[in-house]
Parts: sequence; structure tokens; C-alpha cells
Amino acid sequence: MAEPLVRMENIRKSYGRVQALVDANFHVNEREIVGLLGDNGAGKSTLIKVLSGAVPLTSGDIFIRGKKVNLRSTSDAIAHGIETIYQDSALVTQLSIARNLFLGREPIKPPRFLNRMDQEAMNVVARDLLKQVGISKNIPPTTPIGSLSGGERQAVAIARAMHFDSDLIILDEPTNNLGVAETQGVLSFVRSARDSGHSCIFIAHNIHHVFQVVDRIVVMRRGKVVADDIDPKKTSVAEVERVITGMSDKEIRDALAEGTQRPG
Amino acid sequence: MVTAALAAVTVSSFRRTACCLGQIQSYRGSKVENRSLIQRSIARPEFGPFVLLVIEIAVFWGINHDFLSPQNISNTLAFTVELGLIALAMTLLMTSGEFDLSVGSVFGFSPVLMWTLFNSGVASLEAAFVVALVVAAFIGLVNGWFVTQLKIPSFLVTLGMLLVVRGTALFVTSGFPQRTWSAEGSWLAEALVGDFFIGPFRIYMSLFWFIAAAIALGYVLTQSRTGNWIQAAGGNPSAARARGVNVSGVKIGLFILSSILASLAGVISSLRTSAANPNSGTGYELEVIAMVVIGGTALTGGRGTIIGTVLGILILRVMRNGIVLIGVPGLAYNIFIGAIILGMMALHSWLERRHQAGT
Repeated sequence: MAEPLVRMENIRKSYGRVQALVDANFHVNEREIVGLLGDNGAGKSTLIKVLSGAVPLTSGDIFIRGKKVNLRSTSDAIAHGIETIYQDSALVTQLSIARNLFLGREPIKPPRFLNRMDQEAMNVVARDLLKQVGISKNIPPTTPIGSLSGGERQAVAIARAMHFDSDLIILDEPTNNLGVAETQGVLSFVRSARDSGHSCIFIAHNIHHVFQVVDRIVVMRRGKVVADDIDPKKTSVAEVERVITGMSDKEIRDALAEGTQRPG
Repeated sequence: MVTAALAAVTVSSFRRTACCLGQIQSYRGSKVENRSLIQRSIARPEFGPFVLLVIEIAVFWGINHDFLSPQNISNTLAFTVELGLIALAMTLLMTSGEFDLSVGSVFGFSPVLMWTLFNSGVASLEAAFVVALVVAAFIGLVNGWFVTQLKIPSFLVTLGMLLVVRGTALFVTSGFPQRTWSAEGSWLAEALVGDFFIGPFRIYMSLFWFIAAAIALGYVLTQSRTGNWIQAAGGNPSAARARGVNVSGVKIGLFILSSILASLAGVISSLRTSAANPNSGTGYELEVIAMVVIGGTALTGGRGTIIGTVLGILILRVMRNGIVLIGVPGLAYNIFIGAIILGMMALHSWLERRHQAGT
């Protein structure tokens, strides 16, 4: 079998006495969208933070295309082709779409010592990218991010990851607080990213959104990966929910019934 | 004429930078294509200050025609550029989300240091000038290091530095002004504050330094990659860091720039007035911050405008000069300044809400 794009082995992460990750094993293949699911506190966010270089791991190994890497910072992760898109924190609202897309890697017009951004080139690329991720509205690339909707912002972040050839795009709760139409838009941006050769990790609380877009589902519980090969085409939402909670149907029904009987 | 020349430079710079400044103006989606020039002008942060300046000039000139006399314009411009130099650097610093309260004390300390070195025979005037700038850069470096590495708010760090620097100036001089008359004939003094007449207007060289600094820093903020980083550092530092922008480096650089320009302004002032008083510059920090925010730079960072700052500088200096000229007691100056700040903040807040609403 081909070497996965990313492989994480026996990942442990402790915050003091709290074990957030306990020997977690996880992988993403080339051109694959993986849905990462789990209840609150299951360890999804910690796993993603480790992979995106935001927090150091306590022990374990990370391999990219079979080569062991050390991700000490988000810049390290970006340099290794791993781009993380958080719901609201990845963009600068005061800057334009084009300036956000190229932030940190702005093209420079000659002569270089003047350090002058090639704004025209940035705008042309930005316009193309917005089309590529499926934004059909005519939004000028000079529009400030602050004027865009939540879905459009996600699209800009995805476009940026695609343009800079990130091999793996991690989307952390990209559909939170979005309307139905915007959510469908974001899901189609994710498919566009895969179709153009990128892999994605898709984290969402809404399991139905995950089912619509992913190729494979991975479930975490109490810091461990408890299922890593769930095919959304052959599995029902209810079955995945049981894996997430670790309960049987009867236990879930009993828990729900108990919840409805509680005061308040 | 000078005002016209300054206006021409400002307008030309305004046009050159319009493309990139366009992104901080208020528009949404394709609506922007359909908006009239007037609507777009009103939405700009510089529009309010520009109207206020025009009204100010018209009112003062209406009450006292001497307000636009060559002598009065020359006098106003001479002092304007000294505070203005500090305000230009402060604009970039505030855009990056920080500010510097120590600029007034550096303004007072640098000439004291320069003249002390020169008068005691330790260094030539030129060497003493360079030493003063280097020491100012070091002060900026320390400010930046405390803010970025120890994560202490710039308000507290620069307040502490204000006291350290002012205290040093007072201690070194025992509170007495330094001798400065021996600058006569020095090429440095000529280059910084030499004066000449253009028609009836007395022009100081410092005006050209100010114009050069305004154009250079306006270019940096709107056209250069560094400007993009400055705005990102103030708008969303974690996003900027995640994109590989050296946010700490940007901020430290701006603290150094702020101190150097405050030092240069202090030296220029001391050469022009032939005085180096350890107490000079007291309270300038707040006046400079007022100039910057009146011009439309956000106190919270992420958005700044050099053109707005130039307008803010002129608004406050014209106000200070005008109220005296029309007979209002000079002690009432702060009432007007406070009212202008409150009024402009209300206007900027209203524009910001429109901006967010996309109207």
C-alpha cells in the first residue's frame, strides 16, 4: 500500500496531569478528505494542533510521505505543506482578499530593494482563485475581508491553501455559524480542493456535514483514535454516533430519556 | 504657496496610493463599482479630517485675515513639522497595535545628550548627533523588547521609559538648559533647520525632511510588503504569525523608528530655537497620539493612514495657532482639542459601523 501523505504514530500529549492524547494513531492519504469526529474533549483539537505545529507533542512521531518531521511551529507545518484554517482566526479583517491571500509571501515588483508589492499580480491571482473555489459572485479582490460573509472568508482561506500548494488542508469547524447555503458553499470548496489534488482533514460538530463531503471518517474518544476506517457510504449516521459516544442504541435512548426528565 | 505645494504633494501621494489604500475603504462586493466618487470619498477615513481642516482654516481666516499671512503660515509650518515627524512614526506603530508614550521624553533628552557631548568637547556636533540617534534607537529597542518578548502592554512599558528618559535628562543637566549657540555655521544645523525665503514665506529645511518622511512612510504603509505586515500585526497578530510574518520584529522595528524620529524632531527643535531644555517635549506624546487618531488611524491597530495623520497634524497646529490669533485665551486650547478628538472619534466610529454594514 502507498505511503500515506501524513502519518502520526503513538502521539501523546499531556497538559500537566491531563492526558489529552494517548497513543493516538492517525493518517491521511493523498487526495483524501478525512472527517475527524469525536465528542467534546475527545482530543480532536489537540491532535490537529500538534499536526499544525501549534502545540508540541509530548511523545510520538509524525511522518510526511514516509519522512519523519519535527513540527515545532505553525511556520514549520506550513513549510511542510500543512495549512490549518481555523473558523475565524486565519485572516486579517482589515486587509483585502488579495493581501490576505499573499500575507507573508507577497510578490515583489522590481527593483526588489523598494520592497514594493505587485498589487496587480496579486489581484489577478486572487480573482482566479476565487473562481476556482467556486465563488460565483463578482467580489473584487480588493474587498476587505471584514466585508465578507463567514462562508466567503472560509473560501478565501481555502483558496490561499490551494494556491500555495499545501498538500494537506485542515479545516477546523469550517461550517460553524454558517447558514445552509453558505455551508453547502464551503463543502463544495472542500471538494474543489480535493479535485485539484489536495488532501483535507474536516472537523465539524455537525455529523451530517461530514457525511456529505468526506471519503473516510476517523473517530476519537478520550484521547485515542477508536475507529479510523469508517466509509460514510456504507455506514449510517446513527452507527457513527454510537462509535463517537461509545454507547449502544439502548444506552443512548436511556441517556436521552434521562436528560428529558431532569429539571431545567 | 507652501500650503499649496504641501497640498499638491499630499494630493499626488493620495492618488498614487489610492489603489492600495482602496482596500481600507468602505465598500462591499460589486457595489463598489457602482458607487459614486463622492460616496467613496466620504467613506474614506481621511474625509472627516479634511473637511474639519478646511472649516478650521475658513473660520480663522474669516475672523482674522492675518491667519493666512505669509508670516503666520511660516511660523505654523516651522513647529508643525517637528511634532509631525513623531506623529508619522506613531501612525505606523499604532497601526501595528502599539503606541509609544516615551516620545516626548526622547524629544527632550536627545538634544540634551547631543549638546552635552558637544559642549564638553567629547564629540563634534555631527558625531554627537549620531550618538543621540543611536541612543534613541536603543531606547526604542528596549521598548520593543519589553513589549514583544515580555508581553507587557506598550502603555506600561513606554510609560516607564518616559520616566527613565526624562529623569535621566533632568539628572544629567541638573534641570538646567544646555548651551546651544555654537551651532552657528554648522552644516548639520543648516541641513536640518537652515531657512530661506520663497517669496514672502520663510521656509525651514525641516519642512522638506517632514515631507520626505511623510512620502516615505506613506509608501511603506500602503505599497510595501512591510506595510502589509504592519497592518496584519495590528489587525490579527496570530494570523500574521501563522503566515510566517515576524510580528515581534515588525513591532520592534517600529518602536526604534518612533524613537529615532522623536530624537530627530527634538534635535531639529533645539537647533531652530537655540535651546536644549531637559523638560522640552513634556506632554507631546498625548498630542501626537491625538493627531494620529484624529487622522483616522485606529487606536486598536490594523488600520492606519499617513494622509490622515498629516491632516490631523495640521488640524491641531492650525487650531493652536488660530485660537490665539482670533483672541481666544491660549489656556482654552485644550477645550477645543478635546472637543475635536471626541467629535472625530464619533465620526470615525460612525464610518466604521457603515464599513462593517457594507453600506
